[in-house]
Amino acid sequence: MPTTTQKSGPHYSVFDIAGPIMVGPSSSHTAGACKIGQMARALFHGTPEKVTFYLHGSFATVYKGHATDRALVGGILKFKTSDPRIKNSFDFAKKENIKYEFITTDLGEKYHPNTVKIVLEKWDRQPMEITGSSIGGGMIKIVKIEQFDVDLTGVAGQFKTLVVWHNNNQQNLDALCKEVEKLRIRIHDIQTTKVDKHALSIINTSGRRLKLSEVLEMEDLEGIAEVRSLTSLEK
Amino acid sequence: MYKYAFTNSEELLALCKKHKAPISEIVINYEMEYSKDGRKEVMAKMKKTRDVMDEAIAKAIEKPEKSAFGMAGGDAPKLFKALTSKKKMLSSPLVNRAMAYAAATGETNSAMGRIAAFPTAGGSGVVPGVVLAAQHDWKVSEEKAIRALFNASAVGIIIAEGATLSAAAAGCQAEVGAAVAMAASAATEMRGGTPEECLNASALALKSYLGLACDPLGGLVAVPCIKRNMLGASTAYAASDASVLGVESFIPFDEVVMAMKNIGKIMSSKLRETALGGLAVTKSGIMIRKKLGLPPLKPNEID
Repeated sequence: MPTTTQKSGPHYSVFDIAGPIMVGPSSSHTAGACKIGQMARALFHGTPEKVTFYLHGSFATVYKGHATDRALVGGILKFKTSDPRIKNSFDFAKKENIKYEFITTDLGEKYHPNTVKIVLEKWDRQPMEITGSSIGGGMIKIVKIEQFDVDLTGVAGQFKTLVVWHNNNQQNLDALCKEVEKLRIRIHDIQTTKVDKHALSIINTSGRRLKLSEVLEMEDLEGIAEVRSLTSLEK
Repeated sequence: MYKYAFTNSEELLALCKKHKAPISEIVINYEMEYSKDGRKEVMAKMKKTRDVMDEAIAKAIEKPEKSAFGMAGGDAPKLFKALTSKKKMLSSPLVNRAMAYAAATGETNSAMGRIAAFPTAGGSGVVPGVVLAAQHDWKVSEEKAIRALFNASAVGIIIAEGATLSAAAAGCQAEVGAAVAMAASAATEMRGGTPEECLNASALALKSYLGLACDPLGGLVAVPCIKRNMLGASTAYAASDASVLGVESFIPFDEVVMAMKNIGKIMSSKLRETALGGLAVTKSGIMIRKKLGLPPLKPNEID
């Protein structure tokens, strides 16, 4: 599966190491899990009705004691890692009518031991599948979005990220990038994964975040299926 | 385009030399470049982190809480009594205070209280223990203490770049071990040591944690994590003392980090935060498993 990346500069912010400020007990199993949940919710866009968590590796064996389950649900509810409501996230999910389920599984050796596959469902659309790994100290990585292997690093963000589902045609992506630059948003790097006729690109940008109306206009461009605009993660 | 970027200690020391600056100053600039924030914002953010550390410590000392199954809670106030006790203590008041603070942070974390994961929640006690105890005991200035936290972060960045900060990937050496290495360097800058002495202290400290298993009872961050943080704080000072007295690590810090990565690769997954080895499968560990409702261990799961 071809994945292309252009990247430069340091990988970590000081505040990836000095933090996150979080509710205990585990940075990887609690704070990281919360962040993966946040990312899944942002990528799904909207309130899911049902969320299923497939827990892999150490997530599968010790998730209860670390409150990984409560943190994942907390992330889906957009709670920050320092939000004391994580402790009671199940109650909040019930209030929002979000059903949740935890299934322990083995996703295979290629995945980091702290990995979860999240399936989000809503009646009026296709379910979305997102796989994320908690790589230590509260840092996370989204490694798969639907059928696409990706490397979406959720370190305390210096960038605002656009996730674009498009067809496998570079010209269409170039046209979108031109639109982005027209809005005076600087593109830092682009990572594209292609599977058959489909492709997914992760575009890291600096400058302001796109407005919803601008995102929707981009979805009208030729060959572009969906666009999501993610804010930089909380430090 | 990045003038203050570094991924290992060699590059960091070169930057210190070039700018004739301590590690903390390089890291503050690194973060300003990375986040495009000004010095004021970056310093304020670290101060906020420091304040969270302070609160977490105070909480466990003033209002101790027992965590699930009585595995954690209540030791921090006992340790804090060292400062007023008539019993003769063998360690200095500074070390006693740091041990109390480190344990306090771990106890607050275990009780799902708010902490700063520095660098991780499992190893979150050592750096605040060492830095805040020094601030309170030596009356070190606020700015110096905050700078020490930047210094510690530099060591964390080097370990994250060269190896990992995840116990699930490399065991406790990557969490408490990393934290002690970070704290040793921070303490060395606070006492006026050179950048070389800082990273030499980190090398001395990390070497003595290589190979440490992550084997928490029931997979909970409590036993042995909190007490490892407590004793880690005293090791950090000891490493710093040795370093400023001129004891040089034969192995440079970057190589120690490589060794840590190598050991992580060889280490069985049973010793990497899965609660399937070491202390987690002792009689006491199995009792906690049962109480937690974890599935019983199959004979082939225990060696």
